Amino acid sequence: MLDYRVGEPIADTKAPEGPIGERWSTRKFEAKLVNPSNRRKHKVIVVGTGLAGGSAGATLAEQGYHVIQFCFQDSPRRAHSVAAQGGINAAKNYRNDGDSVYRLFYDTVKGGDFRSRESNVHRLAEVSVQIIDQCVAQGVPFAREYGGLLDTRSFGGVQVQRTFYARGQTGQQLLIGAYQALERQIDEGNIELHTRTEMLDLIVIDGKARGIVARDLTTGKLTTYLADAVVLATGGYGNVFYLSTNAKGSNASAIWRAHKRGAYMANPCYTQIHPTCIPRSGDYQSKLTLMSESLRNDGRIWTPKREGDDRPANEIPEEERDYYLERQYPSFGNLVPRDIASRAAKTQCDIGKGVGPGGLGVYLDFADAIARMGQPAVEAKYGNLFDMYQRITAENPYKVPMRIYPAIHYTMGGLWVDYDLQTTIPGLFAIGEANFSDHGANRLGASALMQGLADGYFILPTTLNHYIASNKFPDVDAADPAVAEVETGVQERLEKLLSINGTRTADSFHRELGTLMWDYAGMSRNDGGLRKALDRIPELREEFWRSVKVPGTGFALNQQLEKANRVADFLEFGELLVLDALVREESAGGHFREEHQDSDGEAARDDENFAHVAAWEYCGPGENPVLHKEALEFDYVHLTQRSYA
Amino acid sequence: MKITVRVWRQPSPDEAGRMVDYPVDDVAEDMSFLEMLDVLNEQLILDDEDPISFDHDCREGICGSCGMVINGQAHGPVKTTVCQLHMREFRDGDTIEVEPWRAGPFKILKDLVVDRSSFDRIIQAGGYVSVNTGAAPDAASVSVPKADADLAFENATCISCGACVAACPNGAAMLFTSAKVTHLNLLPQGQPERENRVLRMVQAMDDEGFGGCTNVGQCTQVCPKGIPFDSIMNMNREYLRAVKSSRGNQG
Amino acid sequence: MASIELAPPRLTGMRALWHSTIGKKAVVAATGLVMVLWLLVHMLGNLKIFFGPTEFDAYAHFLRRIGEPVLKNSWFLWIQRAVLLVVLVAHIVASAQLSIRDLRARPTKYTGKQRFEATVTTRYMRTGGIVLGLFIVWHLLNLSVGVAVPHYAQARAYENVAQDFSLWWMNVIYIAAMLFLGLHIHHGFESATRTLGYHRPTRARAIKITGDVLAVAIAAGFIVVPVAVMTGVVS
Repeated sequence: MLDYRVGEPIADTKAPEGPIGERWSTRKFEAKLVNPSNRRKHKVIVVGTGLAGGSAGATLAEQGYHVIQFCFQDSPRRAHSVAAQGGINAAKNYRNDGDSVYRLFYDTVKGGDFRSRESNVHRLAEVSVQIIDQCVAQGVPFAREYGGLLDTRSFGGVQVQRTFYARGQTGQQLLIGAYQALERQIDEGNIELHTRTEMLDLIVIDGKARGIVARDLTTGKLTTYLADAVVLATGGYGNVFYLSTNAKGSNASAIWRAHKRGAYMANPCYTQIHPTCIPRSGDYQSKLTLMSESLRNDGRIWTPKREGDDRPANEIPEEERDYYLERQYPSFGNLVPRDIASRAAKTQCDIGKGVGPGGLGVYLDFADAIARMGQPAVEAKYGNLFDMYQRITAENPYKVPMRIYPAIHYTMGGLWVDYDLQTTIPGLFAIGEANFSDHGANRLGASALMQGLADGYFILPTTLNHYIASNKFPDVDAADPAVAEVETGVQERLEKLLSINGTRTADSFHRELGTLMWDYAGMSRNDGGLRKALDRIPELREEFWRSVKVPGTGFALNQQLEKANRVADFLEFGELLVLDALVREESAGGHFREEHQDSDGEAARDDENFAHVAAWEYCGPGENPVLHKEALEFDYVHLTQRSYA
Repeated sequence: MKITVRVWRQPSPDEAGRMVDYPVDDVAEDMSFLEMLDVLNEQLILDDEDPISFDHDCREGICGSCGMVINGQAHGPVKTTVCQLHMREFRDGDTIEVEPWRAGPFKILKDLVVDRSSFDRIIQAGGYVSVNTGAAPDAASVSVPKADADLAFENATCISCGACVAACPNGAAMLFTSAKVTHLNLLPQGQPERENRVLRMVQAMDDEGFGGCTNVGQCTQVCPKGIPFDSIMNMNREYLRAVKSSRGNQG
Repeated sequence: MASIELAPPRLTGMRALWHSTIGKKAVVAATGLVMVLWLLVHMLGNLKIFFGPTEFDAYAHFLRRIGEPVLKNSWFLWIQRAVLLVVLVAHIVASAQLSIRDLRARPTKYTGKQRFEATVTTRYMRTGGIVLGLFIVWHLLNLSVGVAVPHYAQARAYENVAQDFSLWWMNVIYIAAMLFLGLHIHHGFESATRTLGYHRPTRARAIKITGDVLAVAIAAGFIVVPVAVMTGVVS
């Protein structure tokens, strides 16, 4: 079983001292600048074109850098940020309802269950204001009121209305804004964009990130791209669970390869589960679809009181229904936070009260809401969600209760970065969901879009400037042995995958890994289960490399090869996630250890021993990783226990 | 249920393609169309055959990656994306014909995968507001009448899937291009570049080799996001206005 | 440093008009509308045949004298013919070029049958256009120049018409062409308002009705003449 040892603690030395409200200004002022006319001489690689990558690429190009950008999709506008529904937070206080940068900062630190850095979160809150300005100027069609001004709504239990939105597709609209800015720079010749091209490894020379090896997915050609800095904006690793709300192509390969080249991986065990997803309908299920959390405002969640009750929902009389959230959490009822609602649903299903195929679901019932508000009012409020539900399940939610089940949705962990968003490899930056980010152990609703754009539009362009200005970049020879070594490694790995010609498809391994991860490292985790997973994952990995079957060749469009290559990385990454979950002997946010709960079954944090970031160092194949701890200090927000009973 | 999938197989852009029949047993009604193809592909791999390539990503109808013509209809019998189409729309024993988007500018890369990069180049020609990061005024300084904001939004919902081009008997990209022109030209932020935008985007559209609109209306019938047909008319008007206007003539 | 302005378009003004799909379509639309207007007048003039040879020949004679005394006899007619010819050629050339482009943009048909929701009139625009083009040549040779007619007599329009339409096969050609004309106008009129940007949801009904009325009136107005000759109403 994978073991570990504890290494030297690390500190984020880049965050300036001083009052929290002045730190970002200080950093900006202290950052060295690059003369605009010199920027053209510097190449910067950006991998990924979602909110973080798209906004970063466009902004760096506007500043004058020569940007080389990559996405594996056929167009930058398809990155999975496109699927975000709800909205984006910003401390604009247009409503005059008492919001402020400080309140957004406070809510985010608390919502993250006190596992994020105060300096970073405050900066995020400051920058949030500029993001909305930028997006509106780009023509992002946010919802507006009849007076023509921007509308906002409340989200995720906070007490102010600070969430800007564009109906149910805020993600797509913001992404299109960034995409258009990107396309504009392409037109001006400042960005060299490679679509359908996937990064397969990182090139590190003299300790600095200097390029990547990427594969053209249409022709299979491997090409080395060299630059002065590399930015990873490749999203989260939710697909290690196979079934998630992520896109099918979302993967952890870029961050995992960077990790294997020396970048520390932080808090991989922090994964967020969304309570209101449409349950799976069979073994062929390829992904899960999320429905907006807002449904819990009017829907009532219940299960039958009797285990194994298989009567149709409408035939179960009122007195035989258990509205378990209302029973357990009388004051918050159906509106408890995401992690609590998710775990409660799992508990119901674990004790045999789940409904629908395989007993993996609970009812979300609108009968009372329809009786109270009338069907037209319910239709006006939730019509599009009801339609989507009906299209997928063929059940009419106006007549029978919806069935819902939690699903993996977002990952708070990722590459460790300092205040400058730089990883432990100089010149390698990670932004958006790819870094371990500002959300601590739990992300608040409508904060992912905010963070992605904050990193890309405002933070990275400042800190990257400083890095370029403070370093020298001797030319890298394409024939450099370090480059050749990476190229050969990538080539050999692809050849190996193609040559095994075994008996199982890559997808079947991915499914098996996903089930394992979900069962033992999903919504709730315990020592025994995690150890079991740590035993099983290496076996599965070994079986993969022995009996995977990848058809075709490496010299053409080969979607199975792409998939196998990503699954191979998940099979390594998953093990580290489980180890991190095992080592973190506390419950915090999205990480729930059954051994660590209070008498009411609520998550119990251990601030004394675990108020730190767990940053993992890769030490070579077969070697135990080293855990470096970064202590978290809370000077402004007082540590408290969350309670929703 | 059991079905037969008759699908376009083409190994590479330069080779000839043909329709090939594959039986698929054990199709569940709740499967999405793409999940049915997944099941077929698993089977093909184990049978040492080349699995069918098709573009897909989010599988929730928003990324616009997936798209194929099913029984002659872009995205199939329901007005949604293929990933949101379910097998319950078909009957036991059906033979389902699956073809790639067909249009001159959409080169077939493999099987059902086509090259839609022409759409990106149309956007590059002017589908944006030229504002550098940091140069934006306060968001509340621009007010937009709700009706304009709503219409702009309706047009901004385009997911660039290409169904409009695939369905158009002329292979025209008018609905796609006009959605972006309408979105940006309606908003106050889009005004300074209004004429140049439409002139350049139409130019790019023509350069890619797309056909012209003959007001058939197929595009809007298959559009999974319901981009209004009137957007095309609106782009015509914007274009003629720009041709006449002195700003558009500055060149 | 990156510039912050959108670069100017390559084509502007009249060049953009002729060299873009939208501009060329506007040419087709505008010339089409001009021809519809002209056809309306032509059709009304034709109906004068029902008032007897004197009226009709006088009308034919008047056409040659429009513009006098500023213009010499028949000058206006020739100017009008020249303008119309330019309009017609522009209409045909632009449509043909657009059609070639359209066919290139969609070189392969689908195996599956498309659930075609286009109306019949929309589908027959191209075929109809070709038929009408051929008809125009035949019609000019026939009635104006008199090449194709054995008994053509200058300045005796009424007789020429009555003579022509007494041949059944000529009537078949004529009536078929007029039916195509009706179809062409039916789609063409509404399409033109869209192409020229005049269409609005609020005007949709009015435009539709106008197009329908124009299509039916023009086709019917032309068709009644041969029918009248055949049935002996005009002889």
